[in-house]
Amino acid sequence: MEPNKYLEDITEIKNIMNRSSRFISLSGLSGVLAGIYALIGAALAYTRLKMMSSANYEGLSGRSSSLWGTDVIRDLSLIAGAVVVLAAVTGFLMTLRKSKRSGEKIWDATSKRLVVNFFIPLISGGIFCLVLIQYGLPGLVAPATLIFYGLACINASKYTMGDVRYMGLAFLLIGLISTQFIGYGLYFWALGFGIFHILYGSMMYFKYDRNRNL
Amino acid sequence: MSLIDNINKAFDHRIRLGIMSVLMVNDHADFKMLKELLGATDGNLASHAKALEKAAYIQVEKQFIGRKPNTRYAATKLGKAEFKKHIDALEKLIGK
Repeated sequence: MEPNKYLEDITEIKNIMNRSSRFISLSGLSGVLAGIYALIGAALAYTRLKMMSSANYEGLSGRSSSLWGTDVIRDLSLIAGAVVVLAAVTGFLMTLRKSKRSGEKIWDATSKRLVVNFFIPLISGGIFCLVLIQYGLPGLVAPATLIFYGLACINASKYTMGDVRYMGLAFLLIGLISTQFIGYGLYFWALGFGIFHILYGSMMYFKYDRNRNL
Repeated sequence: MSLIDNINKAFDHRIRLGIMSVLMVNDHADFKMLKELLGATDGNLASHAKALEKAAYIQVEKQFIGRKPNTRYAATKLGKAEFKKHIDALEKLIGK
């Protein structure tokens, strides 16, 4: 037997270990797009909040007393919901495309594990945020979303590209920092969900996706 | 040479190598998952799994999921240790 055969064996072993335990068809470009949606969403939310505050100063209407009037909450929720749905759909479609190209099945043991482990911290975080609102602590919602999203990424990173772990840590860090700057949640959101997604998404795109296309 | 001794004949086949690789990083894998990952036919996979089972490198658990029979495999302690030795030997041989 020649050394070539051994080398082949080792490569095959590594390849199968990766393929059987990690879902590697996550699209980096979808991260970039998610970041762009988030930035647009943040800009919309910002103008909406501006509108609200100027309206409050001008009119002494009965509603001005409730700073977080119901229609502001509704509009902000709509914006946030639209961003999440758009990002999720884009992410799904681009991952589907990439998995088709690389011949990896989109719904197999690895992707199931990835999704389950991503959503455990995320859903707990979502419920926790509802509780924060319930107790009248909306200022902590932004830090909590960043922290739980970071934890979700860290938890999921074991089942996909390891780089996701570092993005998770970055989210965790700015989430904790933002707890000291209540009221600036929107800026931290834009930094995290916008800038970080774009940054890490493009990093992953250049590292994994581009070479495949060439 | 002692290095060659560590090359385990039981792993000297692409499918067996594949089965062991999957079971090193996953607690267990079922027949269908192995088949898809390794691109093997039913008969081929079954016979290689049998060989590894005979060597006590993997264990087979048969169970029912609902009404469907499901066969899943897990690496034994012995199997993991032997495979580790095998990989180390391969790596050393390449290094030389």
